[in-house]
Amino acid sequence: MIRFHKGLLAATAALALAAGASAASAECVITMGAAVSLTGKYSTNGTHTKNGYNLALKVINDKGGVKVGDKTCKLAVKYYDDESTPARGAELAERLIKQDGVKFMLGPYSSGLTKAIAPVTEKYKVPMVEANGASRSLFTKGYKYLFAVLSTSEQYLASAVALAAENAEKMGKKPNQITLALAIENDPFSQDIRAGVMDDAKKYGMKIVVDDKLPKELNDMTSTLTKVRALRPDVLVVSGHAKGAATATRQIAEMKIDIPMVAMTHCDSAKIIKKFGKAAEYTLCASQWAPTLKYSDEVFGSAMDFAKLFEKTYGYMPPYQAAESAAAVLVYADAFQRAGSTDPQKVRDALAATDLMTFYGKVKFDETGKNIAKPMVLYQVLNGKYVVVAPSKWAEAQAVIPRPKWSERK
Amino acid sequence: MDNLNLLIQAPILNVQLLLDGLWIGAIFALAAFGMALVWGVMNIINVAQGEFVMLGGFITLMVMEAGLSPLLGIPAAAIVLFVLGWLLYRVIIWRIVDADMFISLLATFGISIMMQQLMNEIFGSDVRTAESGLGMFYLFDNMVTVSQIKVLAFVLAFAIGLALWLFLKRSRLGQAIRATSQNPRAARILGIDTDRVYAATYAINAALCGAAGALVVMAYSIHPYVGLPYTVRSFMIVIMAGLGNLGGVIAAGLGLGAAEQFAGFLLGAEYQLAFVFLLLVVVLVWRQMVLARRRQYLK
Repeated sequence: MIRFHKGLLAATAALALAAGASAASAECVITMGAAVSLTGKYSTNGTHTKNGYNLALKVINDKGGVKVGDKTCKLAVKYYDDESTPARGAELAERLIKQDGVKFMLGPYSSGLTKAIAPVTEKYKVPMVEANGASRSLFTKGYKYLFAVLSTSEQYLASAVALAAENAEKMGKKPNQITLALAIENDPFSQDIRAGVMDDAKKYGMKIVVDDKLPKELNDMTSTLTKVRALRPDVLVVSGHAKGAATATRQIAEMKIDIPMVAMTHCDSAKIIKKFGKAAEYTLCASQWAPTLKYSDEVFGSAMDFAKLFEKTYGYMPPYQAAESAAAVLVYADAFQRAGSTDPQKVRDALAATDLMTFYGKVKFDETGKNIAKPMVLYQVLNGKYVVVAPSKWAEAQAVIPRPKWSERK
Repeated sequence: MDNLNLLIQAPILNVQLLLDGLWIGAIFALAAFGMALVWGVMNIINVAQGEFVMLGGFITLMVMEAGLSPLLGIPAAAIVLFVLGWLLYRVIIWRIVDADMFISLLATFGISIMMQQLMNEIFGSDVRTAESGLGMFYLFDNMVTVSQIKVLAFVLAFAIGLALWLFLKRSRLGQAIRATSQNPRAARILGIDTDRVYAATYAINAALCGAAGALVVMAYSIHPYVGLPYTVRSFMIVIMAGLGNLGGVIAAGLGLGAAEQFAGFLLGAEYQLAFVFLLLVVVLVWRQMVLARRRQYLK
């Protein structure tokens, strides 16, 4: 029996090989490589990333694939698990390129992993389109093969500053009379965000009255908020990952601090609406993308179509990490078509010339490889829901500025 | 300097900072009671102190998720942590009671890392809060705000301190604990089961931290890596107050809490913890000088 089974296995294996070989010769397959965090501390977002890539592959392949020159190619991705550790990520990138012969890379999850992999792809002149590394420092090293579809960290809250300037009149001021209070965590990523806010504030001539750097183990910011209450700034900007958003939302409400505008990052990961209910109302939150945006493309349709398809496939609404990952695949598909070749150098040049509208937003890279065409969006929490209020071109509703005073709220 | 001006021009801010400092200081003091006890009786510096606080917070969250008031989390966390402390003693701590201080530091450090990772695996690294359902006091036209849960924490810290003092003075076990801390060998000769005394001491410490954690999750927030600041501050308070001085622990706790708030206000939040460490160095140097003088008297 055992012998028979072995024979059967060998036969099927041979058949499968033959079938595989014939399939490959009949149509072409472009295999991209990706090291994604499927275990470890980034496993949740790593899975969102992989799901985003896979959904885009499926939709593109179901539509027949990508036209490259006179051939039509299917897309595929070879995945490895980087275990959320940068060193492992770099090792796997090396393996994908050298052993598996991958000529195109998709990005991992997080800035840290992207930072570890970028030198490898650069060394082998393999293009990498990444969707989850937002740190500014990725784009100051002169990398030629790195392209990012997402907005980088210094843009995270810049739209909040612009919104403050637009609404200065409602607060009874001119844009250059507006004062800002910053409470931003003391880590490289958050400090990038701070740098962006500072630049924009300078542009409008706004004054910074509080500039506190929150500690990593933050769970109380009453001393900062006491200062804010005394100085009465027009805008309070908070960024300190999920704990910053949670602590600020809770304590601003507890201390009944009245500020015309409060803008934060990481509201969704802190789940401020679910946890704090009314206390979260009118908070402005930065996000890369929202399903309600009116962007659309030919592959997925509108942003909402993408969200619905994603939910149908994976059983949950796509967070922005999944959306930007899917967009990275669209960017590759577009570049393959325009390059008319699978030569990495030609594809790289095509990528550099990308000017593409997607359901995730417009993608156009500057010479450092970051996407300069897509703005960050700002949500405002209105009646227990996130509503897009900026940039005004894509807004669903007008931002409520100034926020009602606590004494006037029910 | 601007910030100092602000404090002088708007004196009411001092009240807010002082009160906020006292509230958080009371919680520090609660964790520090336990550290002083374990250190004094067993000669172990428990590095897992902050992790007990963190565990207390998560137990309160579980109580809340079961549909009960998170206020019940205070006794629940204390009881669960008491049992856990006892078990930890029976499995690990008894092996290191008589060992070198370095070994006990390593062992409790190991326990702390294990607890962090375990909680991260079970609950994830999200920040969590529990709503106590208590409200706020608004004083001076909303210029000073006081959350009632923090007042409760303050009162509880005093009550527990008093209860602990009475327990050590009056009860049989309390007397045994004190006897053991003075001279374990003599205590053993006189028929005190020192092993049981140590187990009780360690368990009481864990229970105190658990109660503190329940208050932290209702007044502030908690995540698996929140422990270290509580360990550092407990350590600092015990150094300042000395061992076996519960009144001193409360005073040092409140003082530290207030000093930190003012430092955060004047120097910016980024220097708040740096200030704590600076204070630690100053206190250590000062104590060293005082002790040196005393030694000269003895000569």
